[in-house]
Amino acid sequence: MTAVRIPPVLRAQAGGAKALSASGGTVGEVLAAVVEQHPGLRDQIFTADGSLHRFVNVYLNGRDVRYEGELAAPVAEHDTVILLPAMAGGT
Amino acid sequence: MIKTYDELLREARASVSEVSAAEAAALAVQGARVVDVRESPEWEEGHLPGALHISKSYLEQRIEAAVPDRDAPVVLYCAGGIRSLFAAQTLSEMGYTDVVSMIGGFQAWKSEGRPWRTPVVLSQQQKQRYSRHLLIPEVGIEGQARLLDSKVLLIGAGGLGSPAMLYLAAAGVGTLGIVDFDTVDLSNLQRQIVHTTERVGRRKTESAAETIRALNPDVTVVPHEEMLTDENVERLIAGYDVILDGTDTFETRYTLNDAAVRAGIPVVHASVFRFEGQLSVFRPFDGPCYRCLYPTPPPPELAPGCSVAGVLGVVPGVMGMLQATEAIKLLLGIGDSLAGRLLIYDALDGTFQEVQLRRDPDCPACGQAVLAARVSA
Repeated sequence: MTAVRIPPVLRAQAGGAKALSASGGTVGEVLAAVVEQHPGLRDQIFTADGSLHRFVNVYLNGRDVRYEGELAAPVAEHDTVILLPAMAGGT
Repeated sequence: MIKTYDELLREARASVSEVSAAEAAALAVQGARVVDVRESPEWEEGHLPGALHISKSYLEQRIEAAVPDRDAPVVLYCAGGIRSLFAAQTLSEMGYTDVVSMIGGFQAWKSEGRPWRTPVVLSQQQKQRYSRHLLIPEVGIEGQARLLDSKVLLIGAGGLGSPAMLYLAAAGVGTLGIVDFDTVDLSNLQRQIVHTTERVGRRKTESAAETIRALNPDVTVVPHEEMLTDENVERLIAGYDVILDGTDTFETRYTLNDAAVRAGIPVVHASVFRFEGQLSVFRPFDGPCYRCLYPTPPPPELAPGCSVAGVLGVVPGVMGMLQATEAIKLLLGIGDSLAGRLLIYDALDGTFQEVQLRRDPDCPACGQAVLAARVSA
């Protein structure tokens, strides 16, 4: 199982969970398993054609998956995935 | 056994290697640490370029921090070459293996017409105010002088800007520009600690300037009472060494990013949401920029500002202080900046996580095409 960190702004769609466990051999499979558990997350993470939204960054073991093969990036058993959307707040 | 001064001097001469000013200059070029062991008033009248000042009375206490490697080559000098001889003996007793003393000291160096410089002199008040900085080798008088000569622009005198500017002012950053068009509201005071209850309704730039002046009269505050826009951004950021992004909207963050990249000014970025904060440093063309990190803004419902989503007041406090820390590091050129790394602070978990950021070769602000056009221009 891979641990997927859910950012605060998406926790309402994930039943309040800070992290979810999901299995899969690639980032795409892991995230598909995540939205299977919490369908409300689907539109926040994926575009209509199934690719990642550009405003949600996905890190696999601290590395941006945009440079690691995107959704095809291979995931091992104890890897960690971080979902990180941009935040605006500052004042 | 009682020894006379002459006997002590003879012993020192017998045990310490001495070099001429020319040899000392050559050793310095080869990387030897040059240490001036005179007293502070002598140092302030002039010293060798690149020398480190540790007066003989503090030598034992401070040399290990300044020169941790006991096999590193060290050249000691004083005014005439006597005190440095005894100092070299001390270092030898402490296990330093490659120490020499410069014959004739600073007088010989100067009379041979070799280059020397006058150090920055802080006033007595400044020495006292910044004494804890002066004790840190990475800052010292030179670093403090650099801070006093530095200009930092804060975009926003709010949750992030308040703690950041307080610490930058306390640290003696000489010029603080503040861009904010807003007035102080009672709901700001839960986190915007540069303002006060009695200043509710007053301009934030004015309120912030008042607090900073009371904290440190060395600091010049330049208020920019306007909203940062595509039209004025270039003018607003011109001449600053570092920018702190403490805004509340994506529009402003992208506007600032693009202009800062064009102007080659590093931006220390932070953003907050409820119990969480993000922090990074964007150094133009030397690391990723904000657009490399987030190419497009999220829809508004996915990225509410603090006035909509709320924020634990201390979270922007923590992030703003980290911004001030990164800014000071950039100004002093010390440590490893957060360029290329994003720090995520989760206050509820009490954790910091770090992810690696990369420059996007296709970035419209700093990608290959922009760089090529810049080089050919």
